[in-house]
This record gives sequence, structure tokens and C-alpha cells, in this order.
Amino acid sequence: MGVDAPDRPEVRVVTSHRRPEGGTAIDRDHTVGFTVDGRQCFGLAGDTLASALLAGGVRVMGRSFKYHRPRGVMAIGVDEPNALFTVTTDGVREPNVRATEIEVFDGLTVESQNRWPSLENDVMAVNQLGGKALAAGFYYKTFMGPVFGPLKGTRFWMMCEHAIRRAAGLGRPGTAPDESRYERINAFCDVLVVGGGLAGLHKAVEEAKAGKRVIVCELEPRWGAGADAKKDSEIRQIVESLDSNPDVTLLARTTVWGWYDGNMLAATERVADHLKTAPKGAPRQRHWVIRAGHVALAAGALERPIVFPGNDRPGVMLADAARRYAETFGVLPGQHLTILTNNDSAYAAAVTLRHAGANIRAIIDVRPEIGAAAQRLADRAGGALKLGHAVVGTSGAKGLKTISVARYNHETQSFAGGSEQIETDCLLVSGGWSPVVHLASQAGAQPVWDKTLQAFLPPDPDRRWSVHGAAAGNLDFGHDLSPAPAPVFEIRHPGKAFVDLQHDVTADDVRLAHREGFRSVEHLKRYTTLGMATDQGKTSNIAGLAIMADSLGKPIPDVGTTRFRPPYTAASLGAIAAERFGDLFPHRLTPMHDWHGDHGARMYAAGHWERPESYNRPGETVEQAYVREAKTVRSGVGLVDVSTLGKIDIAGPDAPEFLNRVYTNGFAKLPVGKARYGLMLREDGFAMDDGTTWRLSENRFLMTTTTANAGKVMSHLELCLDVHWPDLRVHVTSVTDQWAGAAIAGPKSRDVLASCVTGTAVDNDALPFMGIVHGAIAGVPVMICRLSFSGELAYEVYCGAHHGTHVWEALMAAGAPFAIAPYGLEALGTLRIEKGHVTAAEIDGRTTARDLHLDWMLSSKKPFVGSAMMDRDGLTDKSRWTLVGVVSRSGEKLHGGSHVVAGDRDAPGPGLGHLTAMAFSPEMNAYVGLALVEDGENRIGQHLYATDPVRSGTHIPVEIVSHHMVDPKGERMHG
Amino acid sequence: MAEYSALSIVRNALSGNEHWKPAWRKPEPKPAYDVIIVGGGGHGLSTAYYLASEFGIRNVAVVEKGWVGSGNIGRNTTIVRSNYLLPGNTPFYEHSMKLWENLSHELNYNVMFSQRGIINLFHTPAQEDDHARRGNSMILQGVDARFVRPPELKRRVPALNVSGSSRFPVLGGLEQPRAGTARHDAVAWGYARGADRRGVDIIENCEVTGFVREGDQVTGVETSRGRIHARKVAVAVAGATSRVMAMAGIGRLPIESHVLQAFVTESIKPCLDTVVTYGGGHLYISQSDKGSLVFGGDIDGYNSYAQRGNLPIVEDVMSEVLELFPAFAKLRLLRSWGGIMDMSMDGSPIIAKGPLPGLYLNAGWCYGGFKATPASGWCFAHTIAKDEPHQFNAPYTLDRFHRGTVIDEKGQGATPWKH
Amino acid sequence: MIIVCPFCGPRDLSEFAYCGDADNLAARPDPAATDPAAWNAYVYDRTNPAGEHAEIWQHAGGCRKFLRVVRNTVTHEISGVTMLEPKA
Repeated sequence: MGVDAPDRPEVRVVTSHRRPEGGTAIDRDHTVGFTVDGRQCFGLAGDTLASALLAGGVRVMGRSFKYHRPRGVMAIGVDEPNALFTVTTDGVREPNVRATEIEVFDGLTVESQNRWPSLENDVMAVNQLGGKALAAGFYYKTFMGPVFGPLKGTRFWMMCEHAIRRAAGLGRPGTAPDESRYERINAFCDVLVVGGGLAGLHKAVEEAKAGKRVIVCELEPRWGAGADAKKDSEIRQIVESLDSNPDVTLLARTTVWGWYDGNMLAATERVADHLKTAPKGAPRQRHWVIRAGHVALAAGALERPIVFPGNDRPGVMLADAARRYAETFGVLPGQHLTILTNNDSAYAAAVTLRHAGANIRAIIDVRPEIGAAAQRLADRAGGALKLGHAVVGTSGAKGLKTISVARYNHETQSFAGGSEQIETDCLLVSGGWSPVVHLASQAGAQPVWDKTLQAFLPPDPDRRWSVHGAAAGNLDFGHDLSPAPAPVFEIRHPGKAFVDLQHDVTADDVRLAHREGFRSVEHLKRYTTLGMATDQGKTSNIAGLAIMADSLGKPIPDVGTTRFRPPYTAASLGAIAAERFGDLFPHRLTPMHDWHGDHGARMYAAGHWERPESYNRPGETVEQAYVREAKTVRSGVGLVDVSTLGKIDIAGPDAPEFLNRVYTNGFAKLPVGKARYGLMLREDGFAMDDGTTWRLSENRFLMTTTTANAGKVMSHLELCLDVHWPDLRVHVTSVTDQWAGAAIAGPKSRDVLASCVTGTAVDNDALPFMGIVHGAIAGVPVMICRLSFSGELAYEVYCGAHHGTHVWEALMAAGAPFAIAPYGLEALGTLRIEKGHVTAAEIDGRTTARDLHLDWMLSSKKPFVGSAMMDRDGLTDKSRWTLVGVVSRSGEKLHGGSHVVAGDRDAPGPGLGHLTAMAFSPEMNAYVGLALVEDGENRIGQHLYATDPVRSGTHIPVEIVSHHMVDPKGERMHG
Repeated sequence: MAEYSALSIVRNALSGNEHWKPAWRKPEPKPAYDVIIVGGGGHGLSTAYYLASEFGIRNVAVVEKGWVGSGNIGRNTTIVRSNYLLPGNTPFYEHSMKLWENLSHELNYNVMFSQRGIINLFHTPAQEDDHARRGNSMILQGVDARFVRPPELKRRVPALNVSGSSRFPVLGGLEQPRAGTARHDAVAWGYARGADRRGVDIIENCEVTGFVREGDQVTGVETSRGRIHARKVAVAVAGATSRVMAMAGIGRLPIESHVLQAFVTESIKPCLDTVVTYGGGHLYISQSDKGSLVFGGDIDGYNSYAQRGNLPIVEDVMSEVLELFPAFAKLRLLRSWGGIMDMSMDGSPIIAKGPLPGLYLNAGWCYGGFKATPASGWCFAHTIAKDEPHQFNAPYTLDRFHRGTVIDEKGQGATPWKH
Repeated sequence: MIIVCPFCGPRDLSEFAYCGDADNLAARPDPAATDPAAWNAYVYDRTNPAGEHAEIWQHAGGCRKFLRVVRNTVTHEISGVTMLEPKA
């Protein structure tokens, strides 16, 4: 395949651009087959997709974002803006992967992107015909559409947007779930070395010698990948010595991408992306969270291109990238090379390429004169040396064929004479080097402009980090070459000159931004999208700044540099989430969980808990099941799992005083062996939680909280004790998981207990309402408190969590003669709604004790948390929503979340409140609910509507009743 | 200054785009104005715009410490919605929505408001009731709302996991179809240009260093570009409210500054055509016109004035994305950043006259300020011009906290990091 | 961010729960006092400084002790962590 052969990706033979020798990374005995857009291609083991395609003579490797222009590979690493592909594995798509980072293996499948129908012929390339009309920010000035008619408002824009969105975007994602495994690992070290080039490796050796624990991360597959091939054996020796040191961890293919507070760094290790099949147990990627005592930054420097007309033609490439393709992969990106440079480093690259067999046609240097060292290399490279010249244009349909060169004075930015055409299939560009300052910047260091290197350097390091090698601005190109470039970032000449190749931001776009007043660096980025592409502007930011600075007539640092933020290079979402998705979120199961499942319970997610909703018998609906269960409780006996209630052990001589302060009602005088219902407020006077607290002994209490608020109450108590009242001698301990709890409820509950509890009597004298006894059931110690959420005669039976199922089964067995039935959350809800007992649905953080008719619990004899704030105007206003009962008058089922309104369906009027809970009440033989309603007390007896337009569409006549719908005097539970 | 239109684009393109004018002038500050607005963010700029366009007050300066739109207007996840629960909030946000719907025309600037809808997913029957309650509240107040069930969700959001296999299975969602996204920077620029065209001076790189007071009366500001007098000084600097108000002698406010991180992935072809929020945790996600997924979650949860957050939240948010969209595991996070939120004590904002004579305060936006930008400016302008609030912002007083008339959508009380 | 818990040693941010302004929490009015201004200031108003900020964090995923952490809200740098000592 010759130089000017058509650029077709159906590359079957890997010869045209591969040299017979050389290539430190490749294994010439091992051919690898992969497919691009379904076509079979071959490379060598060790190749990247970019090197393999270059070797096969492929030049078009991508299409740009906006104009869909054909683009070739420009770089060799993370800075590559053009050559992006989608990798597909088992139907799962990974879009936008740089060809320079895809290591080929047998069976690798990739697709080209952002083109239709093919990379070679992309219909959307017609966008180029838009020319200057599609300049930066054009979309802010149009697409607004008509101000009247069917397309007014946002309609017209949304039509345009539909088309724009399809043209934009790069790779196509899929919808198949990614089955890959990711894992997270915490690591600790004295020194983290970022960058496994020579500078980083030397630093690692130094620190290891000093006895430090060292981690070295290198984002490329190979150590010292950027170094001169002559250094290969030195690098190998260093790596071997480090590898044998147990205090050193070497991580290749690992990108340190984020610096967070406390020297915590995030890195992604690509464990298996380059393998046909991952080793057993290996994740696809590993998320490293590294706490480093010190961070040694040695991430090197990135070569910059120069902006000139036609600089995006496939075949234009960074000079050092070309050198490395030759040395590392034995690939020459072209046969007849030309070089455009503003500095000495390209001369060394030219010599290397010459040795690799390339024909150097010309070296075009914008500088009028060069040093002796560069001159010597120019002589060795051969070709015409054109000092004081510049490239002013390129041609070639889908790949570079000729360049136009003109005499150029970079200080005046002026041209002289006509232009000369030079035939070349590859133009190598070097615009100087930018040290990688990203991580230091993430750490808060403000980069400083270095006039000599024409680059931002890290500032003086602080104790958290140091910087080494090229990253510090120590640019050493060997051969006594100078590191200082001429300050040339753009060769300004008519024609489209691209600054950001992926996003198609041109030099004229930057000047347009200036003209329209978008002059600060952030405005420039945001208005033109410069630097916002997947390469994050690694090759374009400085040139963009330089062109803006030129327009402003200011030095570059006065325009500013943006602060770099994580990640340094894009990191996969899967790796960062690691194990934390799929079915690995925490589930909380009660000790009796399996029993419920075995007995037909439908489980219900309540926060992190799984709770039985109802125990459906065959053929029963949920409603039929819960109504039956509720009836059983009211007429016989039922058993419900209440293990999820928050339980807090409160111990110490000041425990009574403590409870007196956190509860609105008095607890100091609660006798031992008795329980009391308590209400807590927040400091701002609103209700926080309710529950019962049991006095187990003089100085020991067991507090229960609602399931939903268990954690919040615990933290609240701890804060009160540690922060507000450290003088109180009280310990609080969460014992939610230590106790299993079952509530046995119904007129026959006492009979059941009497038949199975040993060691204590359970009659009304021994166990009165709110009394506590200790005994045993089936040999297991239990603690029983007579209290009622259902309104029936009822008891809560607590035992050690491990005995939960044993005791539960014993209770079920003892209850069998009384036709006991287990009941779930739905029946529990029905029973408490009938009684007007509140839960978290009513204590929603906005209600007060008065709203819930719990003001009888507000002690006036003592201060408590919230007492000072609970009487403010806003909390006592008469129009507040207060708790009422609601009964469906039509027999229709009520719906939770319905609003209460006064008007009929056509004119409902304003919302007067909302339903917090609903159920079918077997006692009242009606659908009933609880509601918070404006001025509720004065609405009792009113006929209103419960409306649910968003969900069921129902509009149901209801009567407002007292929230105590069943047994308002509480005779049953006291009986 | 010329109108923007397709015609103006073509005409300018033919002359090499050499004749475009700055979108707004770069004036020197005058010695005095009728109104000075401190803060050239979305809310300050929209206030200036509506002062000039609705209330006839054109002798106005907006003073901005950095560049226009450098705060949260350019750092948010661009979501516009009015799907609030509480009556104190709904009319205000619905007014904002109505302004959004005509904003591009009004400003002659395409702010790219795309009414692609927002779907708040719910995962338990209790959450379903909560969402029904909110949807019903919206409908009763004239706002659009509907329920979406898994089959429709699957059709409209193909990558969403509705299989029931996730930790918190998707039972459905509450949709506001008129909600959507807009191009955040364009909103700032459009208001800046619109205000400028009506005579407002937008003064960038002008940091307020103090307030000029005669007794209690505020009569101007000291700035890095000199003293500027004004009959009225309006502060709209969410994120820095406490810092700026301290200069006016107001040392304590019902506000804490917290950092909120936002995230975007690399650009991909269209795969998410609406805004989705996750009820199993806290996540909101949409896809931009450029193709990036744009998303965020909880605030970091500690006081901060640093525009960067920490790793635990990053990990939380990524895991929530994948919980909903397991197909996105191989997509890559491209950028993350932080913004400083004015977290108020009840999660709702403050747009009010005071707390000193001559001073007006617009603050406490938590992380919901973007969608409010039009109505916030409109109501603030009304309050400044007429010295009394409009009914839409009447509930957003500064003294509501002390009076106990808080507007607490999340029911968390005075713990701003939980709102 | 890493907080050095006096009990547990240096631990990651993810183990801690933020609980607010330490100086404000320390200024809780006398519970028997009903002066609304003092309570309002305590419950709702914050100095919210940019710079050094004393705050309370709970080592919720560890010893559950409450710590007084002095942290710079601009740099996130922590200059001191102390236990809350019992009052005499």
C-alpha cells in the first residue's frame, strides 16, 4: 500500500508503514486480529489501535464534533483529540476511547464514531458548508422561532434541538447493562509517585532507598514510555529493582486522576481492558483511593501543536508522537515527512525518524536562526532547513498531500514573498511543551507562567507535593538542545485554522469571542467550547489563551489559566462506583425475615428494611388479606414483627433527667417496670419523633423510636449528651439489632401469652397497661410490655435477636388454639389509622405537637428541647393543617397523597390539606384515612372531597371526622 | 445594538464575522446610580433586566467581582422545573416557568430552554403516595403533572433499569412535562445583553469591599474601582451572601455556605431525552445538547467556600447513576466541579427588603437557584422598585425563621446541610 | 478530607457526620430562658465565616464521639481536632 493509496480501513496486511526493525513494545512473532467497523484488521502484539492502523496506512480515524471533518491521529497518548472509537464487548459499548490507548488483542471489536454512513463518507460533513455562519456561539443568536402561531414559545427551538442533538455527541452508548466487575481498593503510602517515566522512577528509587513505602502509578502500559529508546535497558533495571522491593507498589495502566483534601488521590487501574479474557477474579478496572503522605508529581510534559490554516488534515501530527510511533511500534506515520517547529525538540525527533527510514523533506522553523546543536541535528536529518518560514496551508482530500510554506517573521507576524508547495504525506508539528500541572492545580496550586519555556509551571511546592522532571519544567531533549521555544502559537494566515480539533474551535472563533466581549478565559471556554472536549484541551488550551492574549494585547498570564479539576483524564463511572451498584446496597432484615417469606408474606421496602406487607392466602388480594388480618386482631389475636423499631438503651444515674429534657412530657417520675409514650421536638419546636420508653431499672431505660427516625433520634441523643449536657452521666447505645420484637394484639392476646409465658404472670394485676414483666417463652428470656399501637389489648414481646424466630414460632403455636394470624404493615396501618395514631407520615418534619393533637404531652412544668420555640406565631397559627380523620362517603377507595378540597371535580378550589394514610376499615366498613387539613378541628362534620387528579383521577366525597375513629376512649387497650 | 437573527448571522458571516459587537458594553462606573446590584450572576442580571424592562428603572449598575456569570449560574446542572409541594413555593416557581417559556424571545437570545420534562422516580408505595401528593398539589395550583409507569418509562428512557432487579426497584415516576433544561451560561449572557441594551451598566472585575452608610441607611458601595453611590443597594450574591452582608454589618444570617459538586460525562449520542431523578438516593441527571450526561447529587455536607468537593460524594453519585442506568458503567466522567450554595435554614430562598434601610437581599437559594432565575429577578426588581414584595415572593422574608413561618419542603428543620 | 479522631486516629471524611457550628452549639441558651431573640439566634442564625471555622463532627462510622474540628472553609485544611471535655 503506497503513501497515496486511498484511505480505507480494510487493512489486511500490516506492512505498509511498519519498518522491518525497531519497536520496543511490539512482538513481531505475534499477529493479532481485530475488527474495525466489522472489517478484519491485523496488528502486532503490543500495538495500540492507533499504531496498528497507522501501520496499515489508515489516515482517517475520526470525525470532528461540529463540522464532521475527517481527522487523523495527532498524538500518541491521553492528549489525542481525534482518533476516538467505540469498543464493544459482549454487546456492551464503551464510546469515545482514544485509539492511542486501546491495546489491541485477538477479538478486539471497535467501531468508528460520529459518522454516517461511514468514516470515509459522512453526510454531516455538509456542516462545513455553513462556513462562517456556524461560528462560535451562532446558536445563541438564532433558532428562537416565531413569536406567535403553533411554533411559538419553546417549540421551534425544540425542533431544531432534536436535529442538533443527533448531529452532536460522539460515540453511541448502548442500553445493555455492563456486567463487568469493578472494585475499589484503599491504599496507603508515604510517597505516591505520579508518572512512571525516568524522573518518576528515579524519585521512586530515592524514596525506596530511604525506607519509604512507595506507590508508583503510570498511565501507559509501559514504564518510561515517553523516554528515548536508548534508555530502555536503564528503565528495565530500575523497574526490576523497584519491583523486588516489598515496600514499593508499581501500578501500570493506572491513571491518577483526582486530588482530594488530605492528600487523598483517586486513580483508575485498567486491569483487564487490554486482555481478551480477564484472569479469573480480576475486575475490569480497579478504583484506587490512595492516602499519600507526600505526592511526587512526575507526569511529564505534553507537546503542543501550532495553529495554522489546514492544521487538521489527517497526516498532521505532533513531532514527538511520530518519534515514539517509530521507536515504540516500528511504525512510520509517513514516508516523506516535513516538520514545522518553533523549538529545538523537533530536530531530535527528525533525526530519530530519519534513522527509522523516513525521508525528511523539510524542516520549517519559524525562528530566523537556530543554535548550533539544532543545526547539527538538522544536517543529520537531511532535507531542506527553512528558517524563518511557516506553513500557511495544506491540501489533500482525506489526507495530507502538500503543504504551502512561506517566509515568515514571527515577531511581526508577517509574511514575505509567495508560498512554496512541498509534497509530504506527514507534517510533524512542535509548538513547545506544556508541563502537566493538572494535579498540582487540583491541589490548589496556581500555575505560574514561565516566559522562557512559554508554559505554565507548577509554583513552588508545599509540603504535600513536589514535582520532578519535565513536569517541573526540566525539559531535556538531549544533544545540548535548548528547551526554549519561540513564542509562536498561531500562524495567522487566511484559512480555517483549528485550535481545538475535536470541538472544531478555530482561531477566528477565539477572535470572535474577543470581539463579542467574551474575553476572560472562562468566557472564552464557555462561549466557544474550547477545551471542553474529551481531551479536555490538553493540546488546545495554551494556544487558545495565546490567541486571546494577542487580541487583547496582553501577556498570556494576564488572560489567566483555568483551574484544573478532577479528573485529569476521563474516568469510567463503573470504576468510581466500584462495587456500589447493582444489588449490593444494604438490606436490613429482621430476625424473623425467613419465616415471613415461608408463610406467604409479600415484602415491602421501608427505608433499608424489608417488612411483611401482608400474608396473602391463595387467591387473596392485598386488600382482602389486610382486611382479614385487621379483623383478626380486632376480634381475636394477631402477631406482627416490630423488630424494625429503633431501640436505644439509655443508662446512667442521670438517665431520668436526660429523658425529661429530650421528651416533651415528664419521665423522671416514671416507675420502674412501667413504660410511657413520649414525644420529642426539634430545637425549632416542630415534632421530631414519638415512641415508648420503658423504665427497666432505676437507672436504665429502653427507648423505642419509629423505624424511619431511629438513626436520627440516636444521633440527636448523642449530640445532646456530648455537646449540650456533657455533665449528665448517661450512656446511650443503639440496640435496634440486638432485640427481636413481636407485638401480639387483640382481645385474645392475653390468653395466648398466659398459655406460653413462664416465670411471670400476665394478668391485669401483674401486667397492667404500660406495665413491663420479664419471663420466658419456650425457654427464651423475654421482656413484655403491655402497650398498644392497634388500640386493642396488646403486648410487645422482646427477646434476643438470635431467638427471634424461636419465640415467634412459639407464640404462633401458643396462639393456634385462638386462631392467631400474623399480620403485616398494611393491617398495622389500618389499625393505627382507625385509632388516629401517628407515624412518620404525619410527623413529617413540618407538623407540630398541636397539629397532631399531642399538645397534651407538652409539659408546662419543665423546659425540654423545643419548648422555647414551640409557641411562635408560625407554629400556633389557626390556619395550620391539623390531623383529622376522613371517611369515604361514596364507598370509593381513597388514595394516599390525595388532597382535600371543597369543590367538585370541575372547580375543586384550593387544596385544604392532604391525606397522609388510607385503608379500608373493617370496623367502620368504609374506606377511611388520616389527613392534615387546614383548621381541621373546625371542619369536623364537613363534607369535602378527596381528590387525586395525578394518579387515580378520583374525586371522592368524604366526611371529615375526628382522628379517633375507633374506640376513642381507649377502653379496649385498657381492658 | 443589532437584533440577533438567522439573517444577522448570515450577513455577518459574509463579512467575515468582523462586525459583531460586544454582547454587552464594558463601561466605567458612574459616581451614582438609582440602584446598584451587587453580583453579576443570573439573579443579579435578571433583576437588572426586569428593573429596566418592567419597572422603568434604567439608571442601574450591576457590579461583579469577576466575570459575568462566574458563580452558580454557570455551575449548575441546568434543570428548570416548578414541581414543588408547598403552597409557599409553587406560585413563585410557576411564575418562573412561565417566564422561561418566553425567555429566548424576550431576551432575543437563545437560552435553549428545552421542555423535555422531568421525571421524579419513586421506589416504594410510601414514596408513590408522597409523589402523588406533590403531583396533586401541583395540579390544584395550575401546574402540569402526571404519573409515568414503568412501561412508558422503558419506552422513553431505554437505558433505565425498570426490571425490578435493582435495590430500589422503579415503581414509577411523577412527571412535569413542561420542565426541562436550559443553557445556563446563555441565561446569564442573555440577561446581561438585555439589561445592557436597556441602559444598565454591567461592571465586571469590580469587587465590593464595603458599604457606604449614613447611620443605618445604606447609600452606596465601596468597590475595587472606587466608591459608587446609590439610592438603593440590592445584594444577589448567593454563595457569598454571608461574606458580603458582613461588610454591611450583618454578622449573622440564616444561611450556611456549602459545596455542591456537579459532573459531566464525555459527549455521547442521544440516550436520555428527559430529566430523571432518583428516589432511592439523591440524583438528578439529564443529557446536554452537546451530548454529555450532566448530573449531581447531595451537597458534600460541611461548610465550605472552596469550589471543590471530596471523593465520598463523587463515589455516591456515580453509584446512583449506575443503580438507575447500569448500561452507563463504561461511560466516563469528564469533568467535575463545585459550586458554593447558600443553604438556608428551611431550604427556601429569601427575596426581601432589608435588613437595613436602603438594602435589599436576594439569597438562600440552596441548590435550586437556576430554575428560579427569571422569577427571582422579576420579584426582586418588584420589591426594589415598589418597596414591597410581590405576592409571589411575599413568603420569602428574612424574618420568617424567627416567626416560625418556614417553608420546609424536606421537613428537616434548621439543619441546612440536610435540605 | 481526613479527620484525625483523638480516639480512632486518622479517618476518612466518609466516616464522619457534620453537625454544625461549634461555637453556635456551645451558645445554646439556658433551657429555662424563653428570650425569643436568644433562641432565634441560636436555632437559625450563623456567622458562616470564610476561613477558620470551629465545627462539630460526629465520628458516626467509628467511636460515635463528637469532635470539635477547627477547619478552614476556604482551603478545607484542618488545624485542630479536640474531644469535647465533660464540664467540670
